[in-house]
Amino acid sequence: MYDIKALYEAESVQDACRLLTEHPEAQVIAGGSDVLVQVREGKRAGKELVSIYMLDELRGISIDKDENVRIGSLTSFSNITKNPIIQEKIGVLGEAVNMIGGPQVRAIGTIGGNTCNGVTSADSASTLHAWEAIIEITGPDGVRYDKIKDFYIKAGTVDLNLGEIQTAILIPKESYENCFGHYIKYGKRNALEIANIGCSVNVRLSKDKKTFDRVRIAYGVAGPVPMRAPSAEAFINGKAVTEENIEQFGKEVLNDINPRESWRGGKKFREHMAVVMAQRALRESIRKAGGEVR
Amino acid sequence: MSERQYKTVHFTLNGKPTERNVDVRASLTDMLRNDYRMTSVKKGCEVGECGACTVIINGEAFDSCIYLAVWAEGKEITTLEGLLGPNGELSDIQEAFVEETAIQCGFCSPGFILSAWEILNTGKEYTDDELRKLLSGHLCRCTGYENIFRAVKKTMLRRLGKYEEAEKVNDAGIVDTDERKPFASLDPTVQA
Ligand code: FES
Ligand code: FES
Repeated sequence: MYDIKALYEAESVQDACRLLTEHPEAQVIAGGSDVLVQVREGKRAGKELVSIYMLDELRGISIDKDENVRIGSLTSFSNITKNPIIQEKIGVLGEAVNMIGGPQVRAIGTIGGNTCNGVTSADSASTLHAWEAIIEITGPDGVRYDKIKDFYIKAGTVDLNLGEIQTAILIPKESYENCFGHYIKYGKRNALEIANIGCSVNVRLSKDKKTFDRVRIAYGVAGPVPMRAPSAEAFINGKAVTEENIEQFGKEVLNDINPRESWRGGKKFREHMAVVMAQRALRESIRKAGGEVR
Repeated sequence: MSERQYKTVHFTLNGKPTERNVDVRASLTDMLRNDYRMTSVKKGCEVGECGACTVIINGEAFDSCIYLAVWAEGKEITTLEGLLGPNGELSDIQEAFVEETAIQCGFCSPGFILSAWEILNTGKEYTDDELRKLLSGHLCRCTGYENIFRAVKKTMLRRLGKYEEAEKVNDAGIVDTDERKPFASLDPTVQA
């Protein structure tokens, strides 16, 4: 038995907003792979929960009328990896969430939960930052949208007000068209591991594939919240696809990131990893984009 | 907790429709073990790390310890008990676990077998690395995994009609052929 004070099951999105407004202390539970574990640990024991898990309307992936890729917040990691739209347009997201936990955890864990935790090590987070995802938030007064970088406020805190839940994640066409990305997760084990540092890169090459038209890079665990590396991006955009530029791109990253010292890894070590991962992820993204390094 | 809160859930367990009034605080593991005596569902870590509590929900393996019992509403759930034939016959994958000594204490076995069941039901042929990843949601403290891996691989090959190849799966889980040296997958120069 879990130590739960009360469980309120939402029957619709509006019902969830109402329940959360009526019970301001309550915690939202989606798949529960974090919340239920925290209840067991005692961290969230004895609290009220509002479950949205049964809201099937929040599951599934589609292309909406504005040609955004729309991912319902309750879509599980395993369904994201298997989805043909994701495979075609944002393959790297399917690959990144396929590195979370183990298969059974990926069956229950949701992309919405992964982002609403506000945890920097979440495997989806760096890729969603690198692809400039838009977060759809529904509350008692309707729907609003947040850029993902504004959604993450600080470690463990995201931009959700009383009565609001995250209902979808959108990737705009401008963001995914002709883009190819790669995610590298560094951890001590191959499965059931939290990222020690994670790096997601994507590129759009020029037509002749000789120039970097747009490169975006984001990290998890390089700071308290997932973050882009703006100086590295500014350095490489418009430059030729050469090994020299790739090397320098990695080094530029150090102007942007600020990893901390923790038992999972030291600061210096993480900085070194961040440089190497940026270079490798960029090379792999170029390869996926059909380009060639000169 | 001031007042107990209950809810009636309707679902299908091992092919039979059923309903129960459950305490909303119960995990699916609690309900299956306590209300249905499905003792193949083991309580290991109870935080989603070891896979001992694995059950199949709508065709996909889940850790039942981090799944609320009330979420079973409308689902089709299979436990290890559901793999047995009408007269208690073992399924092919269970037979293979016995044959390969993939079981020692047996605590991890029901979970492993159910994940294997999901993998095998796709009807696909997976590479060794893919199989390892698909089985990575389970911890075993006894066997060292190789026997388990072999049992799953042999059953996969047999279901695909590749009987001869299945018999050649050696102790390292690798198919012995003249062209392919054993431990090829451990050679760092060979890209998986
Ligand atoms: S008991 Fe459920 S994963 Fe360990
Ligand atoms: S056989 Fe004992 S834990 Fe696997």
